[in-house]
Amino acid sequence: MEMVVVAPPAPGRVEDLKRRFFATPLQALLSLISLAIMVFVVWKLLNWAVFSAVFTTTGGPEACQAAAGACWSVIAARWRIILFGLYPFEEQWRSALACVAVVVMTVLSCIPAFWTGRRIALVWGTGAALYYVLMKGGVLGLPFVGEEAWGGLALTLFIFVTTCLIGFPLAICLALLRRSDLPWISRTTGLIIDGVRSLPLISILFTFAVVLPFALPQWLQGDKLYRVILGSALFFSAYQAEIVRGGMQGVPAGQEEAAMALGMSYWQRIGRILLPQAMRNALPATINQFVISFKETSLVVIVGFFEILASGNAAYGTGEWRFAYVEVYAFIALIYFVFVFSLSRYGAFLERRMSVGER
Amino acid sequence: MVSLLRNQKVRNTLLQVLFVGSLAAMILACVMIARRNLAEQGITSGFDFLFKSTGWDVNFSLLPANANDPYWWFFLIGIINTLFLGTTGLVLATIVGTIVGLARTSSNELARLLGRTYVDIFRNIPLILQVFFWYAVITHLPTPRAAHEAFGMLLTSRGLYVPVPNVGGAALAAAMLAVIAAVALPVWLGRTSRLSQPLGERLGIQLTAAATALASGAVILALGRSPGVPILDFPSLQGLNLKGGLRIPPEFSALAVAIAIYGGSYIAEIVRGGFKAVGKGQMEAALSLGLSPWRVFTLVRLPLALRAMLPILANQYVWLMKATTMGIAVGFTDFFMIVALTINHSGQTLEVIGILMAGFLAINLSLAAVFNRINRAIALKGNQLRG
Repeated sequence: MEMVVVAPPAPGRVEDLKRRFFATPLQALLSLISLAIMVFVVWKLLNWAVFSAVFTTTGGPEACQAAAGACWSVIAARWRIILFGLYPFEEQWRSALACVAVVVMTVLSCIPAFWTGRRIALVWGTGAALYYVLMKGGVLGLPFVGEEAWGGLALTLFIFVTTCLIGFPLAICLALLRRSDLPWISRTTGLIIDGVRSLPLISILFTFAVVLPFALPQWLQGDKLYRVILGSALFFSAYQAEIVRGGMQGVPAGQEEAAMALGMSYWQRIGRILLPQAMRNALPATINQFVISFKETSLVVIVGFFEILASGNAAYGTGEWRFAYVEVYAFIALIYFVFVFSLSRYGAFLERRMSVGER
Repeated sequence: MVSLLRNQKVRNTLLQVLFVGSLAAMILACVMIARRNLAEQGITSGFDFLFKSTGWDVNFSLLPANANDPYWWFFLIGIINTLFLGTTGLVLATIVGTIVGLARTSSNELARLLGRTYVDIFRNIPLILQVFFWYAVITHLPTPRAAHEAFGMLLTSRGLYVPVPNVGGAALAAAMLAVIAAVALPVWLGRTSRLSQPLGERLGIQLTAAATALASGAVILALGRSPGVPILDFPSLQGLNLKGGLRIPPEFSALAVAIAIYGGSYIAEIVRGGFKAVGKGQMEAALSLGLSPWRVFTLVRLPLALRAMLPILANQYVWLMKATTMGIAVGFTDFFMIVALTINHSGQTLEVIGILMAGFLAINLSLAAVFNRINRAIALKGNQLRG
């Protein structure tokens, strides 16, 4: 006998909505409240940001202030300060190009095809060198621009990239030292890592920027910018070291024993067996750490750097645009959001991709 | 000599001595250079400066403070400010996080969407940017003369003025205890006599306990109030300034709001994770035992989710405590800002850095200790399999 499976009649649109949002009185109430909040917020936001907003600079600040909505002309008038800070006006294309170089480098290193040690080193090395030459100049006919004039988005990206470039290898070193068989080495490293982790980043930045010059000989002090980057890299590496160590603990002990049995040396075991697998385990947490440290670059504003947040403060802080702080902060928040959100989405994608591979 | 180096044991010892020794030497060198530099500036090392008066003032303090007070008193004020801001932020963030987290785990699609949008937006904007934003918003509020008024509160560019009861401090504290008792007593009664009495009787006892506690609180308030003045002291405009009420300075409110919103988005994810960690079988078992959905939530889902959340939540709270150091961005005199000011004014760099480290270590360790205790107390006893 033939079995005939008859599909239930497809629910109509109204029934579907009813089932999804109004199944019980409580559900209906929840849906209505959520809907009300959404409509209210979206309407208010659209009204402020689009419908009653001023986009042109023709009227000047006065016409803008009179408008009921957002005053986007402050961005039109001041975007160069926000993005490039105090960088010389005629040279700002270099700053923009340097930002593009860093973004391209980051995007390239997100592609799995570049995930071999050599390729990633190549990408990051070229990117960093390109950035440095473009920003600093002094060669190839580019006028010299000192670090003290760097600012805005370019400085934020520079601090982020150098923090990761220095912090990542340091983190691997710290993680390896911490799992060393020699008790005093692992204990001391553990003390350093835990000590750094228990301190707030601001206090470390402050120490490196303000206090360290007292404690270092003259020839070792270097520029304040590089000291702060070093502090931020140290902080990053303390957290990242624990992530890497967690990844290493996820590698079965048999892997290393097998490598030992094959007669591999310590560095071969670490470089070819342990680290590749550990990094794979640690990847989601690592991306998360990148996201966090990108957000934390904004803290250098406290030790007096002209990164994007400080340049934003300066953009509305002077005279005529004093009222337009919400627009400036919204613009900076949007920039951060674009970077951080895409990074964290990428992290989520990686997590899915890897969990598919495991099953 | 070479054969000695081939010996694994000797080599290991040598390596360790070299590692620890070179680190210690580096630190020692730094300290010595710093001491020499400081001595050249005429700063003597030691902790004597703690008992000198500071000569500068703090803008926010729960304890009486003025420029004649010694440094140690200011450090204490800083720590208390940090703890106060941290605790306020922590409580607010937990409330926000719980609401958003519940919305994210709700069965309602719209509520889920709302929760997710909140988390996606506020988690991806740096905390310090949010602090600056709220600080700008508050300091751009109208002057006291044109203050916004809401529920007896005045919103001005000089801060938030809230009404306070015209009652002595001790009576206020006692009344607060009574309110806490009014909540805690019924809960405790409910726990101790869970199954022994019928529901109606139990509810009666609980309600009586709560009512007694609240009534005694009201009596304490009535007895403790200063005679001849209204029970609530409302802020009001007198001349150019505001009189009465309690002023919450803009620095504090900006930080508290920013921490609540930003921290709330992280805690929401922790809450969601905790609820997701509760096995579906547990809930199905509870439902099949005939428990109502509400009791499934309070007796099964919530307790299990709490256990899953707590260790991660503890980390988040430690992080929140450290986030109070953002105070320096807007000029709130938290512990770190006091440290920075002290370094500027007294020059006792090394000692003050030591105090800073010790302070944060103490805060972190005590918070961790508290949470470990809670964790141990509520952990499921025995080795049962859960899934």
